[in-house]
Amino acid sequence: MPPAPSAIAVSVNGIEKSFGPTRALAGADLAVAPGEVVALMGANGAGKSTLVKILSGSYTPDAGTITLGGNIVTFASPSAAKAAGIATVHQATDQAGAAGLTVAENLLLDELCGRSGHFLVSAASIRRRARAVAALIDLDLPLDRDFIDLRPAERQLIAIARAVAAKASVLILDEPTSSLSTTEAERLFAIIRRLRAGGMAILYISHRLGDLAAIADRAVVMRGGRIVGAFTRPIDFPAAVAAMIGRTLEAATHDSKASTAPIIASIRRARLVAGAEPFDLDLRSGEVVAITGTLGSGKSRLLRALFGLETLAQGGFVLDGKPWLSSGPAQSIESGVFMVAEDRWQSSLLPPEVPGASIAGTIALPHLKRWFPSGLLRTARERKVAADAISRLGIKARGPDDTLDELSGGNQQKVVLARWQAAPCRLLLLDEPFQGVDVGARADLIAAIRNSQSGSATLIATSDTEEALEAADRILVMRNHTLYEAGDGHGSLTDQIGKVESDKAGDNR
Amino acid sequence: MTYPTTTQPSASRTSLFRETRRYALFVLLALMVVGFWYAQPAFIRSTNLFSILQAVSVVAILGVGVSITMAADGFDLSVGSIAASSVMAASYAMVVWQLDAAQTIVLVLLMGAFIGLVNGLLIVRVGVPDLLATLATMFLLAGLQLIPTGGRSITAGMVLPDGSSVPGAYDPAFLILGRSRLFDTIPLSVVVMAIVAVLAWFLMERTRWGRVFYAIGGNETAAHLAGAATKRYRLWAYILSGTLASLGGLIVASRVGRGDVSAGNSLLLDAVAASLIGYAVLDKRRPHVIGTVVGAIFVGVLLNGLTMLNAPYYTQDFVKGVVLVGALALTFGLGKKR
Repeated sequence: MPPAPSAIAVSVNGIEKSFGPTRALAGADLAVAPGEVVALMGANGAGKSTLVKILSGSYTPDAGTITLGGNIVTFASPSAAKAAGIATVHQATDQAGAAGLTVAENLLLDELCGRSGHFLVSAASIRRRARAVAALIDLDLPLDRDFIDLRPAERQLIAIARAVAAKASVLILDEPTSSLSTTEAERLFAIIRRLRAGGMAILYISHRLGDLAAIADRAVVMRGGRIVGAFTRPIDFPAAVAAMIGRTLEAATHDSKASTAPIIASIRRARLVAGAEPFDLDLRSGEVVAITGTLGSGKSRLLRALFGLETLAQGGFVLDGKPWLSSGPAQSIESGVFMVAEDRWQSSLLPPEVPGASIAGTIALPHLKRWFPSGLLRTARERKVAADAISRLGIKARGPDDTLDELSGGNQQKVVLARWQAAPCRLLLLDEPFQGVDVGARADLIAAIRNSQSGSATLIATSDTEEALEAADRILVMRNHTLYEAGDGHGSLTDQIGKVESDKAGDNR
Repeated sequence: MTYPTTTQPSASRTSLFRETRRYALFVLLALMVVGFWYAQPAFIRSTNLFSILQAVSVVAILGVGVSITMAADGFDLSVGSIAASSVMAASYAMVVWQLDAAQTIVLVLLMGAFIGLVNGLLIVRVGVPDLLATLATMFLLAGLQLIPTGGRSITAGMVLPDGSSVPGAYDPAFLILGRSRLFDTIPLSVVVMAIVAVLAWFLMERTRWGRVFYAIGGNETAAHLAGAATKRYRLWAYILSGTLASLGGLIVASRVGRGDVSAGNSLLLDAVAASLIGYAVLDKRRPHVIGTVVGAIFVGVLLNGLTMLNAPYYTQDFVKGVVLVGALALTFGLGKKR
């Protein structure tokens, strides 16, 4: 039975936190009741991450109190918060478990590392107990797979399972769906509903309005380190978004352009993997095409094959009328085929102590050879390109020399996009370009992608249909490594995508 | 993997702290020089200062090679052995094969480059982890250099394992490298060190190739996806490191004037220590050329001064260790962003 809504599982009052002169939290108040899902919304830099880190024990607040189950508590460390019953599932999934250990061992990691764990562990007992933990959220991963081979979404499921197994009274989910496909997100929502029914207090941080509409009982909006609005069901999302970014957001709708523009790139009778149905695709000049589909459906594989990182089982590509088979990134970039791979910290960005980790250096990296043929770096040139990008894309930074770790997720992604807009492009491939990007920054990114589309084609892979709708002229669905047209009428699009997805559920495993 | 925007360090207090750490090693170096000068006035004589630089030149040159491999996220454990083998190879070339100085230098540098290439191929093509591959080459060379002479040092007139007496001797021109002084004051090996340092600094900090070396070290996937030929760069890092190590060996050979089997015993650890101390120089927190040279000089000044104050020789490694621990703590521990 859900407890009385007046009861409070966890609350924070007047929390303040400053980093040097920057005031990250300026008196934040928030309360979550048992059996309630509270969505915490806010643009990047609003203070969500800091609040989460205070609740999870990573930071200590400068002022204010945390009340957990009626008692005022202070956490000296993340493990203290965990022991008190606040479990946090972070967005950074590489910290969700230990590489080198199996899925089963990772599911039991808290127990294996804790003091109460058994001295001797047998593989059989680990498997048996891990299966029990996995059953808590209907996780169906192979138990003997190494954690390092898991995709971000799968790692996240392990983190959630661990939090549930730890019998936490408060669960904080930080951008949990940012790397999940629609089906997996649905499964996550089912799990959250179950946990809510079990009386858990859930704080849910997300940029995705679709998620929040599906799951949140209440939405709390942060801006400038304060709570600036609270919305109860039915949540008025346009108002919430306006409160969040301080302006109203136009819903992006695009006329499907007349498809008479010249074809830039084509995919001919391509089989992504042996045994998959072959498919064709034409990408026209000035067109933005999005591919949606579940995790592992082959979206990334298609992009990687176009970029020359993987080979097709059969079929081929045509670029500007000539057969196109890239030997790797260097050749692709030379030919104007650019790719923004998913997970920008893993695929695109450099740690801050390295030279060239600045905004200027990040943008320049693929273009060094062309910009500096003699080999001698002229930083004025790259700084000028970066300064242009900062003003053109509205990147919030002090200047071209800021390192990327000083920027918020949305601004980092703008820098990555600026990198590939700094050279003439034929085909731009974007793999999950809106991961960990708030609504405001996403709108800026989409505008930047669409505005630069003179004479080149853009192919976006995203597991979020909402993103696809906002960004693309044309949407395709990938299922079992094959592309399906999802129609062009926006009204029916979600239904059609849903239909293709549910077909998948029927005929796939 | 999101980093909150709220941790920007921009307070004046923070920047003062940063500035202090930037120049901490220079300040310590100056304090040390003044301190030794006060305690022992002979310390500050130019002959002594240049002898310090001469003593550290080989370590600095090897350290530059190590820091280039570290910049590309590698590690070259074989530099000490390459230098030692180069001493033996140079001696063998002149004493047994009777080559002249120029031929010997070219031959030995090519040998160093080749060993670097083998290291690189083991790592890049075969896929052996860098530490293990260069550890293996280190052992291989340490043993290989003993075989031609049956484990004996090479001097003029020595007897080879097959019973024959060697015909040649060191080319006097070869000894210029390690023993002569420019304008009668600056040892030639110091000049060589300076040239190597300037060229390597220019390569690593001012050219796109250096930028790519560091990009590979920072995030190899990102560098690859940005079109960098990461394997070729890593190969070159080891070739450069091997060549520089053999240059260091040539300087040692021309200084000692014979093929001493025990030459270069401590070179590896000293070179690695110089590179690591260099992390703290200018608060770069990464391998870099200036830092490596300053790190080598720092250790050299400290050891020279302590020796002048009659500290026993066996305390030297301990002193190096203390400096290394302090420098690494300065780099990684203090002033962590939080």
